[in-house]
Amino acid sequence: MKARVYVTLKPGVLDPQGRAIQHALENLGFGGVEGVRQGKFIELELADGTPRESIDEMCRKLLANTVIENFKVEVA
Amino acid sequence: MKSAVIVFPGSNCDRDLAVAIRDVTGTAPTMVWHRETALPEGVDLIALPGGFSYGDYLRSGAMSARSPVMAEVIAAAARGVAVLGVCNGFQVLTEAGLLPGALMRNAGLDFVCRDVKLTVANSQTMFSSRYDAGATITIPVAHHDGNYFADAETLDRLEGEGRVVFRYAEPVNGSARDIAGVVNAQGNVLGLMPHPERLIEAEQGGTDGRRMFEGLLAALG
Repeated sequence: MKARVYVTLKPGVLDPQGRAIQHALENLGFGGVEGVRQGKFIELELADGTPRESIDEMCRKLLANTVIENFKVEVA
Repeated sequence: MKSAVIVFPGSNCDRDLAVAIRDVTGTAPTMVWHRETALPEGVDLIALPGGFSYGDYLRSGAMSARSPVMAEVIAAAARGVAVLGVCNGFQVLTEAGLLPGALMRNAGLDFVCRDVKLTVANSQTMFSSRYDAGATITIPVAHHDGNYFADAETLDRLEGEGRVVFRYAEPVNGSARDIAGVVNAQGNVLGLMPHPERLIEAEQGGTDGRRMFEGLLAALG
């Protein structure tokens, strides 16, 4: 089984990298880019039957820093 | 004073830190590889050095914070053993949950590598007792991820409890409330982005870093 983990900065946490990407898009001539937030996508290859709680624990213990980040898990 | 310097894969200030500790205290620290599962018996000071452990993979300090030796460092900190984290060491301490907050990419996105002026916000800790409260000192920084972040409530608590030990006296990296170094509630764990170990002798351009180690020697014998 696969788990897809999306790690994103919490609302309110400044994202200077996202802002730089936004400026770069504007410099390339793309209009209407009103905001950019950069995050991480992590794909886990897991043994079948790995419990969801275990995946959440992986996120809390390592994949995300919950001081500044939220995470979302999709199991496929 | 018995000390240990933890060495992670990608640490690059471990020897500078060891030399500073040896020169000031007269005793060389034990270098402890991150895979060790025990610290030297009776250690008084554990120092986590600067560098780019694990190439800053995932987040700066994230992988090192889960190294085997960190369980021992966390246990020692709980027993009151002094722990000093410099730069990457500070990042490891926040990732390990020994200090609050997080160190994010510098607001200007640049790697900042220069001497900066700091204000001593609290001279009542074992790390800062040889500085005068409110004094301006000069210590070099060299980091990409030194932008200190914590929620407003945490920042208020840190300030209210006198746990902000050093502040930037000039804009450096966008840190919340200009925080350059914080201590834990018990007062035995300090993390700071600037590198005191780089200013130990006049030949290095100044000695403002030396007093941190002198303070530790006075407190820990």
